[in-house]
Amino acid sequence: MRLNDVEKAMLAGAMGAPRRIAIEQQIAVGRFFDAEDFVEVGQAHIMADTESLGEAGVAFLERLAQYPENERQVRIPTITDPRGADFKAYKRINHAEEFVALEKRADAAFRALGVLMTDTCINYQTVMAPVKGEHHAFGDTGVVIYCNSVCGARSNYEGGPSALAAALTGRTPRYGFHRDSHRRGQSRFVLETEPVNLSDWGAVGGIVGRAMRSYWEVPVIEGVATAPSSDAMKHLGAAMASFGSTAMFHMVGVTPEAPDLKSAFDGAPPKPIVIRRADIDAFYKQYGANDDRLDVVVFAAPQLSILELRDLASLLDGKRVHESTALLAATSPENKAAANRMGLTKGIESSGAILLEGVCFYQMHARELGAANGWTRLMTNSAKLVNIIGGYGYEPVLASMEACVESAVAGRIRR
Amino acid sequence: MTAVTLKGHVGVGPKVTGIALVSADNFSARYDLDRLKGVFSRPAHKLAGQSYVGKVLVLNAAKGGVATAWMLHEMVSRRMAPLALLLNFANPIMAQGAAFADFPLIDRFEDDITRLIRTGDEVTVDPPAGLVTVRRLS
Repeated sequence: MRLNDVEKAMLAGAMGAPRRIAIEQQIAVGRFFDAEDFVEVGQAHIMADTESLGEAGVAFLERLAQYPENERQVRIPTITDPRGADFKAYKRINHAEEFVALEKRADAAFRALGVLMTDTCINYQTVMAPVKGEHHAFGDTGVVIYCNSVCGARSNYEGGPSALAAALTGRTPRYGFHRDSHRRGQSRFVLETEPVNLSDWGAVGGIVGRAMRSYWEVPVIEGVATAPSSDAMKHLGAAMASFGSTAMFHMVGVTPEAPDLKSAFDGAPPKPIVIRRADIDAFYKQYGANDDRLDVVVFAAPQLSILELRDLASLLDGKRVHESTALLAATSPENKAAANRMGLTKGIESSGAILLEGVCFYQMHARELGAANGWTRLMTNSAKLVNIIGGYGYEPVLASMEACVESAVAGRIRR
Repeated sequence: MTAVTLKGHVGVGPKVTGIALVSADNFSARYDLDRLKGVFSRPAHKLAGQSYVGKVLVLNAAKGGVATAWMLHEMVSRRMAPLALLLNFANPIMAQGAAFADFPLIDRFEDDITRLIRTGDEVTVDPPAGLVTVRRLS
Protein backbone atom coordinates (compact mmCIF):
# COMPACT_ATOMS: atom_id res chain seq x y z
CA MET A 1 0.00 0.00 0.00
CA ARG A 2 1.09 3.55 -0.72
CA LEU A 3 1.48 5.49 2.53
CA ASN A 4 1.61 9.27 2.89
CA ASP A 5 3.85 11.02 5.42
CA VAL A 6 1.26 10.90 8.22
CA GLU A 7 0.68 7.20 7.68
CA LYS A 8 4.42 6.52 7.58
CA ALA A 9 4.81 8.39 10.87
CA MET A 10 2.06 6.31 12.46
CA LEU A 11 3.66 3.11 11.21
CA ALA A 12 7.04 4.18 12.58
CA GLY A 13 5.49 4.73 15.99
CA ALA A 14 6.09 8.49 15.97
CA MET A 15 2.46 9.06 16.97
CA GLY A 16 2.45 6.47 19.74
CA ALA A 17 2.02 2.71 20.06
CA PRO A 18 -1.81 2.61 19.77
CA ARG A 19 -1.72 4.28 16.34
CA ARG A 20 1.18 2.07 15.23
CA ILE A 21 -0.70 -1.09 16.25
CA ALA A 22 -3.84 0.21 14.54
CA ILE A 23 -2.22 1.03 11.22
CA GLU A 24 -0.28 -2.25 11.14
CA GLN A 25 -3.60 -4.06 11.45
CA GLN A 26 -5.17 -1.87 8.75
CA ILE A 27 -2.29 -2.49 6.35
CA ALA A 28 -2.74 -6.26 6.78
CA VAL A 29 -6.43 -5.90 5.90
CA GLY A 30 -5.63 -3.53 3.02
CA ARG A 31 -3.21 -6.04 1.53
CA PHE A 32 -5.76 -8.82 1.94
CA PHE A 33 -8.20 -6.82 -0.23
CA ASP A 34 -5.59 -5.29 -2.59
CA ALA A 35 -6.15 -1.72 -1.38
CA GLU A 36 -3.67 0.66 -2.99
CA ASP A 37 -3.93 3.40 -0.36
CA PHE A 38 -5.96 4.75 2.56
CA VAL A 39 -9.02 7.00 2.50
CA GLU A 40 -9.69 9.46 5.32
CA VAL A 41 -13.00 8.84 7.11
CA GLY A 42 -15.35 11.25 8.86
CA GLN A 43 -16.55 9.03 11.70
CA ALA A 44 -15.91 5.63 13.23
CA HIS A 45 -18.68 3.53 14.80
CA ILE A 46 -17.56 0.71 17.08
CA MET A 47 -19.40 -2.54 17.76
CA ALA A 48 -17.95 -3.79 21.04
CA ASP A 49 -20.50 -5.52 23.24
CA THR A 50 -18.79 -7.55 25.92
CA GLU A 51 -20.23 -10.85 24.77
CA SER A 52 -18.12 -10.40 21.64
CA LEU A 53 -15.14 -8.83 23.41
CA GLY A 54 -14.90 -11.33 26.25
CA GLU A 55 -12.32 -10.82 28.96
CA ALA A 56 -9.54 -10.76 26.36
CA GLY A 57 -11.13 -7.93 24.37
CA VAL A 58 -11.89 -5.85 27.44
CA ALA A 59 -8.31 -6.31 28.68
CA PHE A 60 -7.07 -5.14 25.25
CA LEU A 61 -9.16 -1.96 25.54
CA GLU A 62 -7.91 -1.37 29.08
CA ARG A 63 -4.31 -1.66 27.93
CA LEU A 64 -4.97 0.96 25.23
CA ALA A 65 -6.60 3.21 27.81
CA GLN A 66 -3.40 3.25 29.88
CA TYR A 67 -1.34 5.01 27.19
CA PRO A 68 -0.74 8.79 27.48
CA GLU A 69 -3.74 10.84 26.44
CA ASN A 70 -2.16 12.21 23.25
CA GLU A 71 -1.39 8.66 22.10
CA ARG A 72 -4.65 6.95 23.01
CA GLN A 73 -7.32 9.50 22.03
CA VAL A 74 -9.29 8.88 18.84
CA ARG A 75 -8.52 11.25 15.92
CA ILE A 76 -12.08 11.51 14.53
CA PRO A 77 -15.59 11.55 16.02
CA THR A 78 -16.15 7.99 17.22
CA ILE A 79 -19.46 6.57 18.37
CA THR A 80 -20.62 3.19 19.69
CA ASP A 81 -23.03 0.46 18.66
CA PRO A 82 -25.40 -1.03 21.30
CA ARG A 83 -23.60 -2.16 24.44
CA GLY A 84 -23.90 -5.45 26.28
CA ALA A 85 -25.88 -4.22 29.30
CA ASP A 86 -28.41 -1.56 30.24
CA PHE A 87 -26.89 -0.23 33.47
CA LYS A 88 -30.23 1.19 34.60
CA ALA A 89 -32.47 -1.78 33.84
CA TYR A 90 -30.34 -4.93 33.96
CA LYS A 91 -31.81 -6.18 37.23
CA ARG A 92 -35.32 -6.13 35.74
CA ILE A 93 -34.30 -8.80 33.21
CA ASN A 94 -32.04 -10.86 35.51
CA HIS A 95 -28.91 -9.92 33.60
CA ALA A 96 -25.95 -11.35 35.56
CA GLU A 97 -23.82 -8.92 37.57
CA GLU A 98 -20.59 -10.42 36.20
CA PHE A 99 -21.55 -9.40 32.65
CA VAL A 100 -22.59 -5.93 33.79
CA ALA A 101 -19.25 -5.52 35.59
CA LEU A 102 -17.38 -6.48 32.41
CA GLU A 103 -19.47 -3.99 30.46
CA LYS A 104 -18.62 -1.22 32.92
CA ARG A 105 -14.90 -1.90 32.42
CA ALA A 106 -15.28 -1.65 28.63
CA ASP A 107 -17.35 1.52 28.99
CA ALA A 108 -14.66 3.16 31.13
CA ALA A 109 -11.92 2.18 28.67
CA PHE A 110 -13.82 3.62 25.71
CA ARG A 111 -14.39 6.90 27.55
CA ALA A 112 -10.64 7.12 28.23
CA LEU A 113 -10.07 6.83 24.47
CA GLY A 114 -12.39 9.78 23.82
CA VAL A 115 -15.21 7.69 22.34
CA LEU A 116 -18.77 9.13 22.41
CA MET A 117 -20.98 6.47 24.01
CA THR A 118 -23.99 6.74 21.70
CA ASP A 119 -24.75 3.00 22.12
CA THR A 120 -26.90 2.80 19.04
CA CYS A 121 -27.31 0.88 15.78
CA ILE A 122 -29.62 3.60 14.42
CA ASN A 123 -27.18 6.50 14.45
CA TYR A 124 -28.62 7.51 11.04
CA GLN A 125 -31.98 8.05 12.79
CA THR A 126 -30.80 9.45 16.10
CA VAL A 127 -27.29 10.94 15.92
CA MET A 128 -26.44 12.20 12.42
CA ALA A 129 -27.46 10.89 9.01
CA PRO A 130 -24.46 10.56 6.67
CA VAL A 131 -24.26 12.61 3.48
CA LYS A 132 -23.86 11.20 -0.04
CA GLY A 133 -20.20 10.70 -0.84
CA GLU A 134 -18.92 10.83 2.75
CA HIS A 135 -16.46 8.08 3.73
CA HIS A 136 -16.93 6.47 7.13
CA ALA A 137 -15.83 3.43 9.14
CA PHE A 138 -19.14 2.13 10.43
CA GLY A 139 -19.25 -0.98 12.57
CA ASP A 140 -22.74 -2.41 12.37
CA THR A 141 -24.04 -4.23 9.32
CA GLY A 142 -27.42 -2.50 9.48
CA VAL A 143 -25.74 0.89 9.73
CA VAL A 144 -23.40 0.15 6.84
CA ILE A 145 -26.10 -1.08 4.45
CA TYR A 146 -28.42 1.85 5.28
CA CYS A 147 -25.68 4.43 4.85
CA ASN A 148 -24.32 2.96 1.60
CA SER A 149 -27.75 2.34 0.08
CA VAL A 150 -30.16 4.96 1.39
CA CYS A 151 -27.74 7.82 2.12
CA GLY A 152 -25.12 7.22 -0.59
CA ALA A 153 -22.31 7.42 1.98
CA ARG A 154 -19.40 4.97 1.78
CA SER A 155 -18.34 2.36 4.30
CA ASN A 156 -17.31 -1.26 4.47
CA TYR A 157 -18.25 -3.46 7.40
CA GLU A 158 -15.75 -2.37 10.03
CA GLY A 159 -15.73 -4.89 12.87
CA GLY A 160 -14.91 -3.62 16.37
CA PRO A 161 -11.09 -3.84 16.23
CA SER A 162 -11.11 -2.37 12.74
CA ALA A 163 -13.43 0.55 13.54
CA LEU A 164 -11.28 1.26 16.58
CA ALA A 165 -8.20 1.22 14.36
CA ALA A 166 -9.91 3.69 12.00
CA ALA A 167 -10.79 5.88 14.99
CA LEU A 168 -7.14 5.95 16.06
CA THR A 169 -5.72 6.60 12.58
CA GLY A 170 -8.58 8.62 11.02
CA ARG A 171 -8.58 6.49 7.88
CA THR A 172 -9.31 3.06 6.47
CA PRO A 173 -7.93 1.03 3.55
CA ARG A 174 -9.58 2.08 0.30
CA TYR A 175 -11.27 -1.10 -0.95
CA GLY A 176 -14.80 -2.41 -1.40
CA PHE A 177 -17.61 0.11 -1.00
CA HIS A 178 -15.26 3.09 -0.84
CA ARG A 179 -14.66 2.53 -4.57
CA ASP A 180 -17.14 3.33 -7.38
CA SER A 181 -16.47 -0.01 -9.06
CA HIS A 182 -17.80 -2.03 -6.10
CA ARG A 183 -21.07 -0.09 -5.83
CA ARG A 184 -22.61 -1.28 -9.09
CA GLY A 185 -25.55 -3.68 -9.21
CA GLN A 186 -24.89 -7.36 -9.89
CA SER A 187 -28.23 -9.09 -9.33
CA ARG A 188 -31.81 -7.98 -9.89
CA PHE A 189 -35.07 -8.52 -7.97
CA VAL A 190 -38.56 -7.40 -8.89
CA LEU A 191 -41.01 -6.88 -6.04
CA GLU A 192 -44.45 -7.88 -7.32
CA THR A 193 -46.15 -7.33 -3.98
CA GLU A 194 -46.29 -4.41 -1.61
CA PRO A 195 -44.93 -5.16 1.87
CA VAL A 196 -47.52 -3.99 4.39
CA ASN A 197 -45.45 -3.66 7.56
CA LEU A 198 -41.91 -3.71 8.91
CA SER A 199 -41.71 -7.48 9.31
CA ASP A 200 -42.72 -7.83 5.65
CA TRP A 201 -39.87 -5.53 4.67
CA GLY A 202 -37.55 -7.60 6.84
CA ALA A 203 -38.77 -10.76 5.10
CA VAL A 204 -37.97 -9.22 1.72
CA GLY A 205 -34.52 -8.36 3.03
CA GLY A 206 -34.08 -11.93 4.20
CA ILE A 207 -35.14 -13.36 0.83
CA VAL A 208 -32.73 -11.12 -1.07
CA GLY A 209 -29.93 -11.63 1.45
CA ARG A 210 -30.17 -15.41 1.26
CA ALA A 211 -29.67 -15.23 -2.51
CA MET A 212 -26.42 -13.28 -2.20
CA ARG A 213 -23.27 -15.26 -2.92
CA SER A 214 -20.88 -13.02 -0.99
CA TYR A 215 -20.28 -9.60 0.61
CA TRP A 216 -19.32 -8.20 -2.77
CA GLU A 217 -22.68 -8.77 -4.49
CA VAL A 218 -24.96 -5.70 -4.76
CA PRO A 219 -28.66 -6.47 -5.39
CA VAL A 220 -30.95 -4.09 -7.26
CA ILE A 221 -34.64 -4.04 -6.28
CA GLU A 222 -37.35 -2.85 -8.68
CA GLY A 223 -41.08 -2.52 -8.38
CA VAL A 224 -41.34 -0.32 -5.31
CA ALA A 225 -44.08 2.15 -6.16
CA THR A 226 -43.85 4.43 -3.14
CA ALA A 227 -40.67 5.34 -1.27
CA PRO A 228 -40.52 3.18 1.88
CA SER A 229 -40.16 4.87 5.27
CA SER A 230 -36.85 5.10 7.07
CA ASP A 231 -38.00 2.29 9.39
CA ALA A 232 -38.96 0.10 6.41
CA MET A 233 -35.54 0.66 4.84
CA LYS A 234 -33.98 -0.08 8.22
CA HIS A 235 -35.67 -3.49 8.52
CA LEU A 236 -35.11 -4.29 4.84
CA GLY A 237 -31.41 -3.47 5.04
CA ALA A 238 -30.76 -5.02 8.44
CA ALA A 239 -32.27 -8.34 7.36
CA MET A 240 -30.50 -8.28 3.99
CA ALA A 241 -27.19 -7.63 5.73
CA SER A 242 -27.84 -10.33 8.31
CA PHE A 243 -28.87 -13.06 5.88
CA GLY A 244 -26.50 -12.07 3.12
CA SER A 245 -23.52 -10.27 4.66
CA THR A 246 -24.69 -7.66 2.18
CA ALA A 247 -23.38 -4.10 2.49
CA MET A 248 -25.32 -2.27 -0.20
CA PHE A 249 -28.47 -2.48 -2.32
CA HIS A 250 -30.08 -0.23 -4.86
CA MET A 251 -33.81 0.45 -5.06
CA VAL A 252 -34.69 1.78 -8.48
CA GLY A 253 -36.20 5.25 -8.36
CA VAL A 254 -35.66 5.49 -4.60
CA THR A 255 -32.00 5.22 -3.56
CA PRO A 256 -29.55 7.89 -4.74
CA GLU A 257 -27.30 5.78 -6.97
CA ALA A 258 -30.17 4.11 -8.88
CA PRO A 259 -32.39 6.80 -10.43
CA ASP A 260 -33.34 4.21 -13.08
CA LEU A 261 -32.62 0.55 -13.81
CA LYS A 262 -29.94 1.19 -16.42
CA SER A 263 -27.86 3.43 -14.18
CA ALA A 264 -27.70 0.76 -11.45
CA PHE A 265 -25.75 -1.69 -13.64
CA ASP A 266 -22.66 -1.71 -15.80
CA GLY A 267 -24.04 -3.13 -19.05
CA ALA A 268 -27.33 -4.92 -19.56
CA PRO A 269 -29.32 -5.69 -16.38
CA PRO A 270 -29.42 -9.43 -15.58
CA LYS A 271 -32.59 -11.51 -15.63
CA PRO A 272 -34.70 -10.65 -12.56
CA ILE A 273 -35.78 -12.84 -9.68
CA VAL A 274 -39.44 -12.10 -8.86
CA ILE A 275 -40.57 -11.79 -5.23
CA ARG A 276 -44.30 -12.40 -4.72
CA ARG A 277 -46.53 -12.41 -1.66
CA ALA A 278 -46.26 -16.20 -1.56
CA ASP A 279 -42.49 -15.88 -1.15
CA ILE A 280 -42.93 -13.56 1.83
CA ASP A 281 -45.52 -15.90 3.35
CA ALA A 282 -43.15 -18.84 2.87
CA PHE A 283 -40.40 -16.90 4.63
CA TYR A 284 -42.67 -16.37 7.67
CA LYS A 285 -43.48 -20.09 7.72
CA GLN A 286 -39.80 -20.92 8.16
CA TYR A 287 -39.97 -19.01 11.43
CA GLY A 288 -43.27 -20.38 12.62
CA ALA A 289 -44.07 -22.72 15.51
CA ASN A 290 -45.82 -26.07 15.90
CA ASP A 291 -47.63 -24.93 19.05
CA ASP A 292 -48.69 -21.65 20.64
CA ARG A 293 -46.25 -21.65 23.57
CA LEU A 294 -44.60 -18.24 24.11
CA ASP A 295 -41.91 -17.05 26.55
CA VAL A 296 -40.70 -13.67 25.38
CA VAL A 297 -41.60 -11.03 22.79
CA VAL A 298 -38.73 -8.83 21.62
CA PHE A 299 -38.71 -5.63 19.61
CA ALA A 300 -35.10 -4.87 18.70
CA ALA A 301 -32.48 -5.55 16.00
CA PRO A 302 -32.42 -2.79 14.97
CA GLN A 303 -33.26 -0.55 17.92
CA LEU A 304 -36.65 1.11 17.65
CA SER A 305 -37.12 4.59 16.23
CA ILE A 306 -39.28 7.09 18.03
CA LEU A 307 -42.08 6.30 15.56
CA GLU A 308 -41.88 2.57 16.28
CA LEU A 309 -42.01 3.37 20.01
CA ARG A 310 -45.11 5.43 19.36
CA ASP A 311 -46.71 2.50 17.51
CA LEU A 312 -45.78 0.11 20.32
CA ALA A 313 -47.20 2.42 22.99
CA SER A 314 -50.39 2.73 20.98
CA LEU A 315 -50.77 -1.05 20.59
CA LEU A 316 -50.18 -1.61 24.32
CA ASP A 317 -52.53 1.16 25.40
CA GLY A 318 -54.91 -0.17 28.06
CA LYS A 319 -53.50 -3.70 27.80
CA ARG A 320 -51.49 -5.89 30.13
CA VAL A 321 -48.65 -8.25 29.11
CA HIS A 322 -49.53 -11.77 30.29
CA GLU A 323 -47.84 -12.79 33.54
CA SER A 324 -46.22 -15.83 31.90
CA THR A 325 -44.71 -13.79 29.08
CA ALA A 326 -42.12 -11.01 28.93
CA LEU A 327 -42.13 -8.16 26.44
CA LEU A 328 -38.85 -6.33 25.84
CA ALA A 329 -38.13 -3.43 23.51
CA ALA A 330 -34.74 -1.78 22.91
CA THR A 331 -33.93 1.69 21.68
CA SER A 332 -31.10 4.20 21.71
CA PRO A 333 -30.40 6.36 24.79
CA GLU A 334 -31.48 9.45 22.79
CA ASN A 335 -34.81 7.88 21.85
CA LYS A 336 -35.33 6.60 25.39
CA ALA A 337 -34.93 10.12 26.77
CA ALA A 338 -37.34 11.40 24.12
CA ALA A 339 -39.77 8.58 24.90
CA ASN A 340 -39.61 9.46 28.59
CA ARG A 341 -40.30 13.12 27.79
CA MET A 342 -43.18 12.31 25.45
CA GLY A 343 -44.85 9.83 27.76
CA LEU A 344 -44.18 6.85 25.47
CA THR A 345 -42.08 4.98 28.04
CA LYS A 346 -44.91 5.20 30.54
CA GLY A 347 -47.36 4.09 27.86
CA ILE A 348 -45.24 1.03 27.06
CA GLU A 349 -44.16 0.06 30.57
CA SER A 350 -47.56 0.48 32.24
CA SER A 351 -48.49 -2.72 30.38
CA GLY A 352 -45.69 -4.60 32.12
CA ALA A 353 -43.36 -4.36 29.12
CA ILE A 354 -39.74 -3.25 29.62
CA LEU A 355 -38.10 -0.58 27.46
CA LEU A 356 -34.31 -0.98 27.43
CA GLU A 357 -31.83 1.64 26.26
CA GLY A 358 -28.41 1.43 24.61
CA VAL A 359 -28.58 -2.33 24.07
CA CYS A 360 -29.88 -4.88 21.62
CA PHE A 361 -31.31 -8.24 22.63
CA TYR A 362 -28.81 -10.49 20.86
CA GLN A 363 -25.84 -8.38 22.04
CA MET A 364 -26.37 -8.88 25.77
CA HIS A 365 -25.55 -12.52 26.49
CA ALA A 366 -28.80 -13.79 25.05
CA ARG A 367 -28.01 -17.44 25.84
CA GLU A 368 -27.46 -16.78 29.54
CA LEU A 369 -30.40 -14.35 29.64
CA GLY A 370 -32.64 -17.09 28.23
CA ALA A 371 -31.43 -19.56 30.86
CA ALA A 372 -31.90 -17.05 33.70
CA ASN A 373 -35.48 -16.28 32.69
CA GLY A 374 -36.61 -19.59 31.23
CA TRP A 375 -37.01 -18.12 27.75
CA THR A 376 -36.91 -20.40 24.71
CA ARG A 377 -39.80 -19.47 22.43
CA LEU A 378 -39.17 -15.94 21.20
CA MET A 379 -41.49 -13.87 19.02
CA THR A 380 -40.42 -10.74 17.18
CA ASN A 381 -41.14 -8.58 14.16
CA SER A 382 -37.40 -8.49 13.32
CA ALA A 383 -36.29 -10.77 10.49
CA LYS A 384 -32.71 -10.02 11.52
CA LEU A 385 -33.32 -11.29 15.04
CA VAL A 386 -34.92 -14.57 13.95
CA ASN A 387 -31.84 -15.22 11.80
CA ILE A 388 -29.43 -14.68 14.68
CA ILE A 389 -31.15 -15.97 17.75
CA GLY A 390 -31.57 -19.65 16.83
CA GLY A 391 -27.84 -20.13 17.44
CA TYR A 392 -28.36 -18.92 21.03
CA GLY A 393 -30.80 -21.73 21.77
CA TYR A 394 -34.09 -19.90 21.09
CA GLU A 395 -37.02 -20.99 18.92
CA PRO A 396 -37.75 -17.80 16.97
CA VAL A 397 -41.14 -16.84 15.53
CA LEU A 398 -41.54 -13.96 13.04
CA ALA A 399 -44.76 -11.93 12.97
CA SER A 400 -46.01 -8.37 12.68
CA MET A 401 -45.72 -5.97 15.60
CA GLU A 402 -49.49 -6.18 16.02
CA ALA A 403 -49.47 -9.99 16.24
CA CYS A 404 -46.50 -9.92 18.61
CA VAL A 405 -48.27 -7.54 20.99
CA GLU A 406 -51.51 -9.48 20.82
CA SER A 407 -49.57 -12.66 21.63
CA ALA A 408 -47.71 -11.05 24.53
CA VAL A 409 -51.05 -10.00 26.03
CA ALA A 410 -52.58 -13.45 25.48
CA GLY A 411 -49.48 -15.27 26.71
CA ARG A 412 -49.84 -17.50 23.64
CA ILE A 413 -48.87 -17.10 20.01
CA ARG A 414 -51.69 -15.44 18.09
CA ARG A 415 -51.60 -14.85 14.34
CA MET B 1 0.21 -40.10 0.47
CA THR B 2 0.00 -37.51 -2.30
CA ALA B 3 0.00 -33.84 -1.46
CA VAL B 4 -1.97 -31.34 -3.55
CA THR B 5 -1.30 -27.62 -3.39
CA LEU B 6 -4.15 -25.12 -3.84
CA LYS B 7 -3.69 -21.45 -4.58
CA GLY B 8 -5.74 -18.66 -3.05
CA HIS B 9 -5.24 -14.95 -2.44
CA VAL B 10 -2.49 -13.93 -0.04
CA GLY B 11 -4.04 -14.17 3.44
CA VAL B 12 -3.30 -13.07 6.97
CA GLY B 13 -1.91 -14.87 10.03
CA PRO B 14 0.81 -17.51 10.54
CA LYS B 15 1.44 -20.84 8.77
CA VAL B 16 -0.22 -23.83 10.51
CA THR B 17 -0.97 -27.52 9.88
CA GLY B 18 -4.07 -29.36 11.08
CA ILE B 19 -7.08 -31.52 10.27
CA ALA B 20 -9.88 -30.12 8.10
CA LEU B 21 -13.57 -29.78 8.96
CA VAL B 22 -15.43 -29.03 5.72
CA SER B 23 -18.91 -27.92 4.70
CA ALA B 24 -20.39 -26.02 1.78
CA ASP B 25 -22.31 -23.93 4.34
CA ASN B 26 -21.40 -20.36 5.34
CA PHE B 27 -19.88 -18.89 8.51
CA SER B 28 -20.50 -16.38 11.26
CA ALA B 29 -19.10 -16.84 14.77
CA ARG B 30 -22.08 -15.10 16.40
CA TYR B 31 -24.80 -16.83 14.42
CA ASP B 32 -23.38 -20.32 14.13
CA LEU B 33 -21.31 -21.16 17.20
CA ASP B 34 -21.66 -21.99 20.87
CA ARG B 35 -18.26 -20.56 21.70
CA LEU B 36 -18.29 -21.82 25.28
CA LYS B 37 -18.77 -25.44 24.21
CA GLY B 38 -16.76 -25.06 21.00
CA VAL B 39 -19.44 -26.50 18.72
CA PHE B 40 -21.61 -25.32 15.85
CA SER B 41 -24.93 -24.50 17.51
CA ARG B 42 -27.23 -23.05 14.85
CA PRO B 43 -29.65 -25.93 14.15
CA ALA B 44 -29.83 -25.18 10.42
CA HIS B 45 -26.04 -25.20 9.95
CA LYS B 46 -24.68 -28.29 8.18
CA LEU B 47 -22.04 -28.72 10.89
CA ALA B 48 -24.54 -28.36 13.79
CA GLY B 49 -23.28 -30.21 16.87
CA GLN B 50 -19.72 -30.68 15.58
CA SER B 51 -16.66 -29.36 17.41
CA TYR B 52 -14.56 -26.84 15.54
CA VAL B 53 -11.83 -26.39 18.16
CA GLY B 54 -8.35 -26.90 16.70
CA LYS B 55 -9.72 -27.68 13.23
CA VAL B 56 -8.94 -26.06 9.89
CA LEU B 57 -12.45 -24.86 9.08
CA VAL B 58 -13.26 -24.94 5.37
CA LEU B 59 -16.51 -23.17 4.47
CA ASN B 60 -18.09 -21.24 1.63
CA ALA B 61 -18.59 -17.58 2.52
CA ALA B 62 -18.61 -15.21 5.45
CA LYS B 63 -22.16 -14.33 6.43
CA GLY B 64 -23.87 -12.39 9.16
CA GLY B 65 -22.64 -9.51 11.24
CA VAL B 66 -19.55 -7.85 12.57
CA ALA B 67 -19.06 -9.71 15.86
CA THR B 68 -16.64 -12.30 14.46
CA ALA B 69 -13.97 -9.58 14.36
CA TRP B 70 -13.77 -9.62 18.17
CA MET B 71 -14.85 -13.23 18.61
CA LEU B 72 -11.85 -14.79 16.82
CA HIS B 73 -9.57 -12.99 19.29
CA GLU B 74 -11.77 -14.02 22.21
CA MET B 75 -11.83 -17.68 21.14
CA VAL B 76 -8.05 -17.72 20.59
CA SER B 77 -7.51 -16.30 24.10
CA ARG B 78 -9.40 -19.25 25.65
CA ARG B 79 -7.83 -21.84 23.31
CA MET B 80 -11.31 -22.59 21.99
CA ALA B 81 -10.74 -21.39 18.44
CA PRO B 82 -10.46 -23.17 15.13
CA LEU B 83 -6.84 -23.55 13.96
CA ALA B 84 -7.43 -21.68 10.69
CA LEU B 85 -10.21 -20.61 8.36
CA LEU B 86 -10.40 -21.22 4.60
CA LEU B 87 -13.28 -19.64 2.71
CA ASN B 88 -14.29 -19.20 -0.88
CA PHE B 89 -15.21 -15.61 -0.01
CA ALA B 90 -14.24 -13.82 3.18
CA ASN B 91 -15.81 -10.49 4.03
CA PRO B 92 -13.96 -7.60 5.68
CA ILE B 93 -15.01 -8.81 9.13
CA MET B 94 -13.15 -12.11 8.76
CA ALA B 95 -10.03 -10.34 7.48
CA GLN B 96 -10.16 -7.69 10.22
CA GLY B 97 -10.73 -10.30 12.92
CA ALA B 98 -7.92 -12.48 11.62
CA ALA B 99 -5.54 -9.50 11.47
CA PHE B 100 -6.46 -8.53 15.05
CA ALA B 101 -6.09 -12.07 16.42
CA ASP B 102 -3.11 -13.06 14.21
CA PHE B 103 -5.29 -15.93 13.03
CA PRO B 104 -4.65 -17.81 9.74
CA LEU B 105 -7.16 -16.97 6.97
CA ILE B 106 -7.07 -17.48 3.19
CA ASP B 107 -9.87 -16.99 0.62
CA ARG B 108 -10.46 -16.59 -3.14
CA PHE B 109 -9.15 -19.95 -4.37
CA GLU B 110 -9.01 -20.95 -8.03
CA ASP B 111 -11.88 -23.38 -7.50
CA ASP B 112 -14.52 -24.15 -4.85
CA ILE B 113 -12.41 -24.89 -1.76
CA THR B 114 -15.24 -26.81 -0.09
CA ARG B 115 -15.07 -29.39 -2.91
CA LEU B 116 -11.29 -29.64 -3.02
CA ILE B 117 -10.78 -30.48 0.65
CA ARG B 118 -12.57 -33.23 2.62
CA THR B 119 -13.21 -33.48 6.34
CA GLY B 120 -10.29 -35.40 7.86
CA ASP B 121 -7.68 -34.24 5.34
CA GLU B 122 -4.43 -32.93 6.78
CA VAL B 123 -4.02 -29.36 5.62
CA THR B 124 -1.10 -26.93 5.76
CA VAL B 125 -2.27 -23.34 5.57
CA ASP B 126 0.35 -20.78 4.46
CA PRO B 127 -1.29 -17.31 4.48
CA PRO B 128 1.80 -15.26 3.49
CA ALA B 129 2.05 -17.35 0.30
CA GLY B 130 -1.71 -17.79 -0.17
CA LEU B 131 -1.16 -21.55 -0.48
CA VAL B 132 -2.85 -24.61 1.04
CA THR B 133 -1.31 -28.08 0.89
CA VAL B 134 -3.74 -30.99 1.27
CA ARG B 135 -2.81 -34.57 2.25
CA ARG B 136 -5.59 -37.15 2.14
CA LEU B 137 -5.22 -39.42 5.17
CA SER B 138 -7.89 -41.97 4.25
